[in-house]
Amino acid sequence: MKYAVLVYETADDFAAREDQRAKDYWDGHGAYAAALQTAGVFSGGAGLKPPHAATTVRVRGGAKQVLDGPFADIKEQLGGFYLIDVENLDAALAWAEKCPGAATGSIEVRPLIEMNQ
Amino acid sequence: MSAAALAERVARESYGRLLALLAARTRDVAAAEDALADAFAAALTAWPRVGAPDKPEAWLFAAAKRKLIDAARRAQTAAVGEAEIIRGVEELEADMGALNIPDRRLGLMFACTHPAIEASVRTPLILQTVLGFSAERIAAAFLLEPASMGQRLVRAKKKIRDAGLSFDVPDPEQWPARINAVLDAIYAAFTAGWSDPLGADPERRGLAEEAIWLGRVLVSQTPQESEALGLLALMLHLEARRPARRSSDGGFVPLDDQDVDAWLRPLIEEAEIVLRRASALNNPGRYQLEAAIQSAHASRAWRGETDWDAIVLLYRALSELTGSPVARLNAAAAIARRDGPAAGLEAAEAAGAQHAVLREYQPYWALMADLCAKLGRRQAAQAAYEEAIAREPDEAVKKFLAQRRDTL
Repeated sequence: MKYAVLVYETADDFAAREDQRAKDYWDGHGAYAAALQTAGVFSGGAGLKPPHAATTVRVRGGAKQVLDGPFADIKEQLGGFYLIDVENLDAALAWAEKCPGAATGSIEVRPLIEMNQ
Repeated sequence: MSAAALAERVARESYGRLLALLAARTRDVAAAEDALADAFAAALTAWPRVGAPDKPEAWLFAAAKRKLIDAARRAQTAAVGEAEIIRGVEELEADMGALNIPDRRLGLMFACTHPAIEASVRTPLILQTVLGFSAERIAAAFLLEPASMGQRLVRAKKKIRDAGLSFDVPDPEQWPARINAVLDAIYAAFTAGWSDPLGADPERRGLAEEAIWLGRVLVSQTPQESEALGLLALMLHLEARRPARRSSDGGFVPLDDQDVDAWLRPLIEEAEIVLRRASALNNPGRYQLEAAIQSAHASRAWRGETDWDAIVLLYRALSELTGSPVARLNAAAAIARRDGPAAGLEAAEAAGAQHAVLREYQPYWALMADLCAKLGRRQAAQAAYEEAIAREPDEAVKKFLAQRRDTL
């Protein structure tokens, strides 16, 4: 089954991308992506720029509303995601546990909708 | 046996096994339940006309499998595609082999205990999927609204289907976190059967034996889990008393008055062996304590008297471990036997004062009535018997309490 491993990061996690911890931060994700590829479960993903770069659009009553910032102002924000293809939820959760950010932020695991063959 | 009776028996004995098998590959428990219900309905129509098949389980499985595939074809938007379901049932057929239907119930039980499933619905989910309990019956046992219980079960089944939960028995390191819900479900099934000692209610008949069987399967797969052993020992001790729990005319016989010669010695002996295995693992828990209490009662068969001191201590330990008001009440009952009715009454009143829920509990009033009677407080005893009778669903126990009241 295919799962999205959604990496929710704290403000401090986002800061770690750019301060003296930046090398550790990026090396951590690089190593994680490499491990997914080596295991043959990697099927995509992307890192996202921090929430200050987000803009949210809604159409209400036919009118476009543009709001600055992410859609919800919460402590942990989506920082990126990996797409993995594994046997079951337990395997997906085992990969989520190894994801950088699990120790400081939260990793949400969601199955992808699979189109009928 | 008539075709309808056969269908009823197979439904009772095979429900969980067939459901576990059908759901294991597709992960769609609700679809498997629907398919199985249709298959049983088809059996009730077909078997009386053409005769019951040689292998009723295999017949039901084949019928349910067809229904499952039909349903997948109809549901265009199914999360699990038709091809996947057909592949799943083909693998199932390979598993079925010539004769033996593999038992996947333990895997299904563990799927129901996955941390991805809301904790409070894990035990009800096992009762429904593995033992075929209706949402109404589960709701009654858990003191919840049937509609609310039904919704929670539906949500949990959707989660199992959509999140891709595994139906394999997990690795041993995960058992401690997950086994409690399995143990609680098996024990809930056992007590449902136990509360109907004569097998008068077709819905509850055979449940105690079924629970013991599941307990044995669990122990064989998780031999190092002391609480699984404790639960099996507890159930065996209680089951051993079945022949002594009702008199020849169906009357209720309390534990103290039971004829120890009617107890089933082989079950008691097995319970003792299983409990010793549990103790050797040095990891005590609720079920081991409860089994030890029953073991102390069972020793009356050899020693001629009950070790009330041990029972008081065990109930106190159980009460401390679980915070259970019932354990506290039972400790009070044991104190009455050890130290006399005045001490017992004091302990029971203290328990009732601290746990208001006990005042809605039949055994609380039965104990109060008995102790008041022994202390010569006739009016208080009479009032307490009335309270107890009003809260007892079982006719035999009601009659027993009324007799006690009338002999005051």
